[in-house]
Amino acid sequence: MDDLISEFIAETRESLEELDQDLVNLEQNPNDHDLLSKIFRLKHTIKGTCGFLGLPRLEKVAHHAENVLGRFRDGDLEVTPEYVTLIFESIDTIKGIIDVIAETGSEPAGDDSALIRKLDEVYESDGSSPAPAPAEEAEAPKPAAEMSDDEKAAQIDRELAEAFGEPVMAADAAASPPPEEAPTPTPAPAAEVKAENAPQQTGTPIAEQQSLRVNVDVLEDLMTMVSELVLTRNQLLQILRIQSESDFNTPLQRLNQVVSELQEGVMKTRMQPIGNAWAKLPRIIRDLSMELGKKIDLVMLGKDTELDRQVLELIKDPLTHMVRNSGDHGIEDPATRKAAGKPETGTITLNAFHEGGHIIITIKDDGKGLPLEKIKQKILDNGMATPEELAQMSTQQINQFIFRAGFSTAEKVTSVSGRGVGMDVVRTNIEKIGGSIELNSVEGKGSTFTIKIPLTLAIVSALVVAASGERFAIPQIGVRELVMTSEDSDNKIETIKGAPVFRLRERLLPLVSLTDLLKLKIPAMADVEQDDLAAEEKAARNKYIVVTQVGSYEFGIIVDRVYDTEEIVVKPVPSILRDLELFSGNTILGDGSVIMILDPNGIAKATGEIEASADAHATQQQEVAHSESGDKISLLLFRGGGRAPKAVPLSLVARLENIDMSKIEHSNDQAMVQYRGQLMPLLTMHPSIDLNTGAGEMPVLVFNAEDNKSMGLVVEEIIDITEEYIDVQIEGNHSGSLGSAIIDGKATDVVDVGYFLQSSNKDWFKNHGDEPFASANDAEPQTTNGSGRKAQSGKRRVLLVDDSAFFRNMLTPLLGVAGYQVTTLESPVEALKLCEKGEEFDVIVSDIEMPDMDGFEFAEKVKAQSNWQDTPMVALSSHATPQDIDRGMTVGFSKYVAKFDRDTLLSTLSQTLSEKRTAKQ
Amino acid sequence: MSAQSQIDILDETSDETQELLTVIIAGQRFGIPILQIQDVLGEQSITKIPLAPPEVAGSLNLRGRIVTAIDVRKRLDIDDQGKGNSSEKTMGVVVEYGHELYNLIIDRVGDVLKLKNDTFENNPATLDAVWRDISMGIHRLDGELLVILDVPKLLDSVNA
Repeated sequence: MDDLISEFIAETRESLEELDQDLVNLEQNPNDHDLLSKIFRLKHTIKGTCGFLGLPRLEKVAHHAENVLGRFRDGDLEVTPEYVTLIFESIDTIKGIIDVIAETGSEPAGDDSALIRKLDEVYESDGSSPAPAPAEEAEAPKPAAEMSDDEKAAQIDRELAEAFGEPVMAADAAASPPPEEAPTPTPAPAAEVKAENAPQQTGTPIAEQQSLRVNVDVLEDLMTMVSELVLTRNQLLQILRIQSESDFNTPLQRLNQVVSELQEGVMKTRMQPIGNAWAKLPRIIRDLSMELGKKIDLVMLGKDTELDRQVLELIKDPLTHMVRNSGDHGIEDPATRKAAGKPETGTITLNAFHEGGHIIITIKDDGKGLPLEKIKQKILDNGMATPEELAQMSTQQINQFIFRAGFSTAEKVTSVSGRGVGMDVVRTNIEKIGGSIELNSVEGKGSTFTIKIPLTLAIVSALVVAASGERFAIPQIGVRELVMTSEDSDNKIETIKGAPVFRLRERLLPLVSLTDLLKLKIPAMADVEQDDLAAEEKAARNKYIVVTQVGSYEFGIIVDRVYDTEEIVVKPVPSILRDLELFSGNTILGDGSVIMILDPNGIAKATGEIEASADAHATQQQEVAHSESGDKISLLLFRGGGRAPKAVPLSLVARLENIDMSKIEHSNDQAMVQYRGQLMPLLTMHPSIDLNTGAGEMPVLVFNAEDNKSMGLVVEEIIDITEEYIDVQIEGNHSGSLGSAIIDGKATDVVDVGYFLQSSNKDWFKNHGDEPFASANDAEPQTTNGSGRKAQSGKRRVLLVDDSAFFRNMLTPLLGVAGYQVTTLESPVEALKLCEKGEEFDVIVSDIEMPDMDGFEFAEKVKAQSNWQDTPMVALSSHATPQDIDRGMTVGFSKYVAKFDRDTLLSTLSQTLSEKRTAKQ
Repeated sequence: MSAQSQIDILDETSDETQELLTVIIAGQRFGIPILQIQDVLGEQSITKIPLAPPEVAGSLNLRGRIVTAIDVRKRLDIDDQGKGNSSEKTMGVVVEYGHELYNLIIDRVGDVLKLKNDTFENNPATLDAVWRDISMGIHRLDGELLVILDVPKLLDSVNA
């Protein structure tokens, strides 16, 4: 095919895609004049080029559509959905013709007169327009006075082009193009290596050419060569590592750098903004909403996020499918939405961003969410699970069924979805490129799909591990963490009837031994007596666990050694080995050896009958159960005298220090140490800790109070940091302890930091007054410094509402030390009672998840009541998702603070209060 | 050592000749059509591939390309005992098949022979079934017999 025609096809397809998007925008902002001009220009360019290339049918359609657009632009025709649909129709016709030209090289025969008539009707409607241009006189020039500058320029171009072009066309449009119209020639399937804002116009040569089209194959070859170069570079560097004194040192370093830059550069040529994969979506959503009578907004964020072309191609269809699904299944029709108290227009939000070598794409809709009952019914109908099994499953677990083959929940099959070939294909496609997909859905509120995909497929970062002397690479994408275990410590691998498991942060992690999985021991060894085997196992005491995640299924791979991470080029395994599902490829390491790349997906599949996504739910269920009883917080465990270990919320600890005992001084009956240019009082929790030994070092937990003042708590030994759900079971009977809880399987004292902060030096925290903190263990409402008393001058009154005694206890001293007068309440209901009584506060801090009334409802009520209307409210929550924050803001919270973020809470409070003051003045 | 350097210059009068690299496995001489050969290698360090078919000895790095090593001895069902001294070094003949490289592990490489069709015989009916699958026929040489290896068939049979 003629280069010129191929170029035209590529350009036009691009323009058409742009047109799609722009028209949808136009429909929403009919008065955007710039947009209108742009659309007009695009269409005009298409028309102009068609004429030049001798494609009369295309030209005619484009021309008549342009006429209508012209009237939009001149402002004498209103942009209505009907008209836009008509323009879309013309674009579709053009697309159809282009597709045929791309295949056959010439325009197909056909009749577009119906469309043209419709276009003309619109063009001619509503009086004041100039005489209609009959179809055959497409080129009838308008009087110059009526033309815009744009048009004039284009007209001149066209005339010029025709002057050059006519004789060429006579020669069957096969001859070489006129010189100024000949940019880089390209074969048909060209990669669009274009800068985002590259000039699109062929007909208007204003901007110089800043991009050129390069054949995909050239780029692929280039990438392969660079990959090889990277490998060779790695090998050289490996040699250099062994022979450090070498003349090659400097040039090799230089080479290293250049290769890295080259690699980056070549990768960049393959990168394309994800917006390219989204270009079709606005049109799809628009058509969908017209067809289904819904109102849908499509919000696209992070369009410029770039990813590998190959990856982009592979996720295009799954993405389109999912957005369609959201529009079709997710968003309800306006009436239903209204009835549910939602805005009539549903929103689908697409978001893309980078996160640690991956691209995260989320597709969120505020529709009806997944219909749980229907899914259940469908599962039963299809015999995918028994009613008993179903009853045991969590909502999330049931929702995962939509990723199974043959599953569609749409009640009726529409032209867009509901054919039952859907999410399973999406999931397979995404997993094929090493990605994962997660689903989160709340019935009635909407669903969110989160897709995680690698940036590129060609070069990946991998962890090199060894089992039974053989080395393997595990792609880093699936690796969550590494854990070292040894037989003689708490961190040991346990077995249940031979199945290895590991306790990872109070959860049982299923394990697979790479040695067993890959049958690395020679068969003869397997027959060796059990005792011998056990002895051998013992010899290798230290094992590593590579905690891996596939989808939402987490498991550990037992390996003997962990080496380095290395950038590897994934090469496909030879066809002889294609059946081995455990490997995703092989590669050559820096030292020149060949190594197999393990496929976590394959391993997950091989490790048992458990369907990956189904298994995750045991964990999720567990977590749900826990979060009902409280929140998981990080705790620092230490020994500080007495037999029981002690725990303190890690968030309260500013630093851990080792303090030289000889540096301890005594003044005013108080042990202290010079610390960062200040005197820091030192305390112990137990008389058995002697601060006067004068020798050795002891660990000290440093707590910060306001004004950079600190307090040190001297302890015997720091044990661990752990994440736990705090459930104080026996309340403390002595000062300094909040009570006892089970932490890490042991009875542990939970330390009342407030007590120590306060007792370290009474003058230290002057604001506080003389009264000690009430240890607010009882649930009764109580106000520090006396209930109901008017606040002392300068003291800010804070109302803290939280159902968890632990948090009330933790925050009360904290806020007290910061100079606030704190009232704590267990529930919003009590708070509202206080409000009725006429109590006043400067700021209200409220938890969100509470049993009787949640924080959102509380805020709504407060904002509706006259008394506290103007009191700023700060939300305190451990689940600060953007949705929560949005919701919080809507109901009247002015700030949203994560529950354990002490510093932010304090700064937020002071900021909120100063804002309030300013507002009053 | 490249295959080319070993080619004996024989007379090229007949066009019905076949150039074969002879290799020796467990005392038996085999012929591999020279045009299929990419390289001849000395003993290489080979990475084992777990769970692979027993004939697959592993993979190795040949100038940046990954080559799959095939233990021809295993494929031919020849006992390891026949190998004699186990410390004896092996060699490899690299062939390309289906755009992939394979290293056929053999005991040692012999001469390159140019053989006329008149010494060629079809596989005798009594030939071991395993061998019959991968043999294209026999050449009668002076004092010994040469089995012509059908490389594609050999590799396909590993595949299956």
